[in-house]
Amino acid sequence: MNYNWDWGVLLQQPYWGWLWSGLGWTLLISLGSWVIALSVGISAGIARCMPNRAIQIVASVYIEVFRNIPPLVQLFLWYFVFPELLPDALGLWIKRDLPNPEYVTAIVGLGLFAGARVAEQIRAGIAAVGIHLLPAALATGLRPLQAFRLILLPLGLRAVFGPLTSEFLITVKMSSISLTIGMLELTAQSRHIENYTFHGLEAFAVATVVYLLLGLSVTGLMRVIDRRFGAAKYRRASS
Amino acid sequence: MIVLNDIHKSYGRTQVLRGCTAAVKLGEVVVVCGPSGSGKSTLIKCVNGLVPIDRGSITVDGVSVTDKHTDLPALRAQIGMVFQNFELYPHMTALQNVSLAQIHVLKRSRAEADARSEQLLARVGLSSKLSSRPDQLSGGQQQRVSIARALSMDPKAMLFDEPTSALDPEMVNEVLEVMQALALDGMTMMVVTHEMGFAQRVAERVLFMDGGEILEDSPKSQFFANPSTERARQFLTKVLSH
Ligand SMILES: Nc1ncnc2c1ncn2[C@@H]1O[C@H](COP(=O)(O)OP(=O)(O)OP(=O)(O)O)[C@@H](O)[C@H]1O
Ligand SMILES: [Mg+2]
Repeated sequence: MNYNWDWGVLLQQPYWGWLWSGLGWTLLISLGSWVIALSVGISAGIARCMPNRAIQIVASVYIEVFRNIPPLVQLFLWYFVFPELLPDALGLWIKRDLPNPEYVTAIVGLGLFAGARVAEQIRAGIAAVGIHLLPAALATGLRPLQAFRLILLPLGLRAVFGPLTSEFLITVKMSSISLTIGMLELTAQSRHIENYTFHGLEAFAVATVVYLLLGLSVTGLMRVIDRRFGAAKYRRASS
Repeated sequence: MIVLNDIHKSYGRTQVLRGCTAAVKLGEVVVVCGPSGSGKSTLIKCVNGLVPIDRGSITVDGVSVTDKHTDLPALRAQIGMVFQNFELYPHMTALQNVSLAQIHVLKRSRAEADARSEQLLARVGLSSKLSSRPDQLSGGQQQRVSIARALSMDPKAMLFDEPTSALDPEMVNEVLEVMQALALDGMTMMVVTHEMGFAQRVAERVLFMDGGEILEDSPKSQFFANPSTERARQFLTKVLSH
C-alpha cells in the first residue's frame, strides 16, 4: 500500500479545529438526545406498567413504533416530512425560524428512538423487581404515580443500570447518523477533512480512537455511579 | 366499620366471589378462613379497593369504596394492610419503610415521621433494627416491620392476608403476639389466617369461605364447637389436626 501517511496535517488549522468542533457536536447531540431519551423513556416505561388500560396502550404504541423504524428513516421523517405535515405557519417556522433546526431534529429524532428502547428496559426492570410491591404501596395510601416515583422506578432503574449504560453508548455512536441531515459532528468532520486533504484515513483513525475513548469514559463513569448509588451498593447491602 | 354487601367478582370466566355479605364492627376482630382458592385474599383486597368488584357495595366507616367519586388513596390511608409476603421496600431501611407514606401521604416532616416510626418499631419489638434493610431481617422481623408500616398511617382498621403463612414455624408466634396486642388495644381487624389458635384466643367471629361464598359467619365459640356446615367441619378437622 503506498498511501502517504501524514498525521501532521491534522494538527494544522483549520483541520484541528474541525475535529474539536466535531467532537463538541458529538457530545452535544449525545447528551441532548440522552436527556430526551431518559425523560421520555422513563415516562413511557412507567405508563406501560400503570394500572390503566388506555395509558398502557398509548405507551405501547409509542414504544413499538419508535423502536421498530430505523433511526435513519426517523431522522429523515422528522427533518423532511414532519414540517410538511404541520399547519403551514408552524411548518414554516420550523424550517425558517427554529434556531439550529438540524440539531433540534437530531436530538428529538435520536432521543425518541432511544427513548422507546429505554422505556422497554424500564418496563422490564419494574416488572422484574418492583411491580409486586404496587398493591402494598397503594395500600398505604400512596397514589399510583407516587408509588412509581418513590419505589418502583428507583428499584427498576437499579435493576437495569447495565442495559441503560449500553443504551447510552449506542446513542453516542448513533449521533453520527445525524450527519445525514447536515450536523457537522465528529464523523462528518472527518469526511470533511478527507475531502479537503485526501488524508481521510488519519482523520477517521483519530475519530475512531475518540469514539473508543468516549465509550470507555462513559462505561467508567457509569461504573462509579453504579457503585456509589446503584445496584452494586444494594447488592452489597444484601450480601 | 367494614360493611360488605353482596360482593360479586370474576376473573375472566372464573367467578371468584359469589355474593359475599359480611360486616366487621368497630373494635371487632374477625378471622376469615377456608380452603385454598376459596376467595379469601380476593375478599380482603376488595375492602380497600385493591381489587375492583363487579357487583355489590362496600363501605368503610361509612365511606363507599365502590363509589367512583371516592378518593381511594385517601380511604386506603385509613386502612392498614399486611400481606403474606411482607412486601417491604427492599432498598430502604426498616425506618424508611415505615416513614415513607407518613411523609408522602400524611405530609409529615421527615423528623416527625421518623420519630413516629421509631415508636412503632419499638412497639413491634424492633428498636434495634431501625437501620436494617429487609434482607438483613428474618421473616418474622420483616412481617413486624410491615405491621409497623401499616400502623404508621394511624389506621381505623387493619386487614391481614395470611400474615404468618410464609414464616418458619418458630417465627409465627412473634407475629401473632404483635397482632394479639393490637387486638387488645381495640383495633378493628379482619384477618385471613389458618392459625386457629389465634382465632380461638383473639377473634370475636369467624367467617368460613368456600367456592367464593361465605358459608359460615358465627361467633368463634359456636364455630369451633359446632360448625353448621359439613364443609366447615371437614376443614376444621384438617387444620386442627396439624
Ligand atoms: N389476578 C387474578 N387473575 C385470575 N384469577 C385469579 C387472580 N387472583 C386470584 N384468582 C383466582 O381466584 C380464586 C380465588 O383466589 P384467592 O387468592 O382469593 O384465594 P384464597 O382463598 O386467598 O387462596 P389461598 O389460601 O391459596 O391464598 C383462585 O381460583 C385464583 O386462582
Ligand atoms: Mg390468599
